[in-house]
Amino acid sequence: MAILFRSTKALEGQIDDYLDAVSQGMIVFVEGIKDYLAGDQARFGERIKNIGVLESRADNLRRDIENSLYSQSLIPEHRGDVLGLLESMDDVIDTAKETLQQFSVENPYIPEGLNGDFLELARVATQAAETVVAATRAFFRDLNAVKDHLHKTYFFEKEADKTGDRLKRKVFQMEALDLAQKIHLRYFALHIDNIADEAEAVADRLAIYSIKRTI
Amino acid sequence: MILFFLTSGLFLGWSLGANDAANVFGTAVGSKMIRFKTAAAVSAFFVVVGAVHGGSGAADTLGNLGAVNAIAGSFIVAFSAAFTVFWMTRIKLPVSTSQAIVGAIIGWNLFSGSPTDYDSLTKIVLTWVVCPMLSGVIAALLFAVFRFYLNRVKVHLLRVDMHTRLGLLLVGAFGSYSLGANNIANVMGVFVPAHPFGEISFFGLLTLSGTQVLFLLGGMAIAVGIFTYSHKVIDTVGTSVMRISPVVALVVVLAQSIVLFVFASEGLEGWLLSHGLPAVPLVPVSSSHAVVGAVIGIGLVKGGRGIRYGVLGEIGAGWVATPVVAGVITFVALFFLQNVFDQKVYEPRGLASEPVVEQLMSPRETTSEMSVLNGRVSDGGEDSRARASS
Repeated sequence: MAILFRSTKALEGQIDDYLDAVSQGMIVFVEGIKDYLAGDQARFGERIKNIGVLESRADNLRRDIENSLYSQSLIPEHRGDVLGLLESMDDVIDTAKETLQQFSVENPYIPEGLNGDFLELARVATQAAETVVAATRAFFRDLNAVKDHLHKTYFFEKEADKTGDRLKRKVFQMEALDLAQKIHLRYFALHIDNIADEAEAVADRLAIYSIKRTI
Repeated sequence: MILFFLTSGLFLGWSLGANDAANVFGTAVGSKMIRFKTAAAVSAFFVVVGAVHGGSGAADTLGNLGAVNAIAGSFIVAFSAAFTVFWMTRIKLPVSTSQAIVGAIIGWNLFSGSPTDYDSLTKIVLTWVVCPMLSGVIAALLFAVFRFYLNRVKVHLLRVDMHTRLGLLLVGAFGSYSLGANNIANVMGVFVPAHPFGEISFFGLLTLSGTQVLFLLGGMAIAVGIFTYSHKVIDTVGTSVMRISPVVALVVVLAQSIVLFVFASEGLEGWLLSHGLPAVPLVPVSSSHAVVGAVIGIGLVKGGRGIRYGVLGEIGAGWVATPVVAGVITFVALFFLQNVFDQKVYEPRGLASEPVVEQLMSPRETTSEMSVLNGRVSDGGEDSRARASS
């Protein structure tokens, strides 16, 4: 029995590490956007490397956790939910990594007047993701606190939508940009906003799983 | 021949193992918290321990109801009970082994002309009514405590899972012990007055009385039932009939085990009596009813939604139908065995014991000796009349 308790403790640690990786990924994402907007390509390249490492670490941890849950037949009642939760959480960090990658590949031209809007969008979208990470931690340890975090996720997701909308309107009103550039910028606004949408998808799952978890 | 007559009891034990073990470990195995093999091994072991160690209390109560004193009679009583359980299960009526055996014993009493001890009968029937209620109250209390605790203490989901697993195993062991102690009376109780076994000693370490040897056999029959057939019943109980979470399962099994233990424990009875408290009657009760009571108790704490109150009506109908059906089958079967196969299904006995009869029959006993009573008056009879006339 002691061995089982030890492996449970190790698995608890892995789940925490996984959520840490996603959360750190969000911080790196915002810093990456900041560096890109500042034109610091060297540091931006560093951020892309960092987020890549965090994303693959999260992937490995997720696989290990899922494997342990099924091979040791732990939490049989909830393992399907936990699996779904971790996989949809993976989409959050994946989207963040992909977006930074696209900045690197496509090198979009961002007029200086839009720097503040892009940064704000990145901050709000990642805040949605960070609150859903906190809600997921609460799902494992303190079920009553899940709601306290989820409402923030929904709030930030809506804020991200509004900020994205404002940014796109601003872009399309800029006469100095040609249509190709406008569409290009809209595409990047959409990508950043996607992080908040993925966070909302996790939040929707969590809301249901929390009801299922109450005894 | 004796072993042949015991087979009906062993069959009843087997069906009890197949059916009732599912009440103890069904949800744990069905929800994949415990592997079937682990559950079956733990359950089988503790059922046997419970039967041998704690089985005598409830068996005595059944013995008081009617002491089946010929082994062929015991065979028919156990067989009729087993057949009733089998047949009523086939036609999907809720059935309890305890009720079937009580009906069968009364059937034997009627056939053999033995008196039925109505005190014991009232005690048994009242217990059937009290059992699901008590189980419901205990489950509701336990559930409220568990919920309070789990909502306030911040324990990781994985750790809750580990503790629940351990709890299900421990409570399952306790439940199996209680099942063995309480329900062995159903399986082997009718053979107690008629069995041929003597005391057996195992290497001088453990000595079993004849009755305990009988209970050991019955316990083993239950264990075989657990290993060979309970898997199918567990699949039903664990996955389709009751879809409940492992923590709720833990509460249900704990409440059921406590109820079965309360109605089987001579130790508890002694403790209550020594403290001047009213003793709990030691009566075989239905583990299925205890489970239904517990689930309903928890349902009420949760706000009363989704409870199938119809089940209560079915249980109530079972209280009447099962003993009546078992009694009728026993009566008919005894008639058949006695008159067609020429078997002795009961030892004729009078209401007075043999020494009393001898005394009464002795030639010294004449009415003249009663002349000493002449002229003596009692407070209520002649005396009061004499006083009234004077």
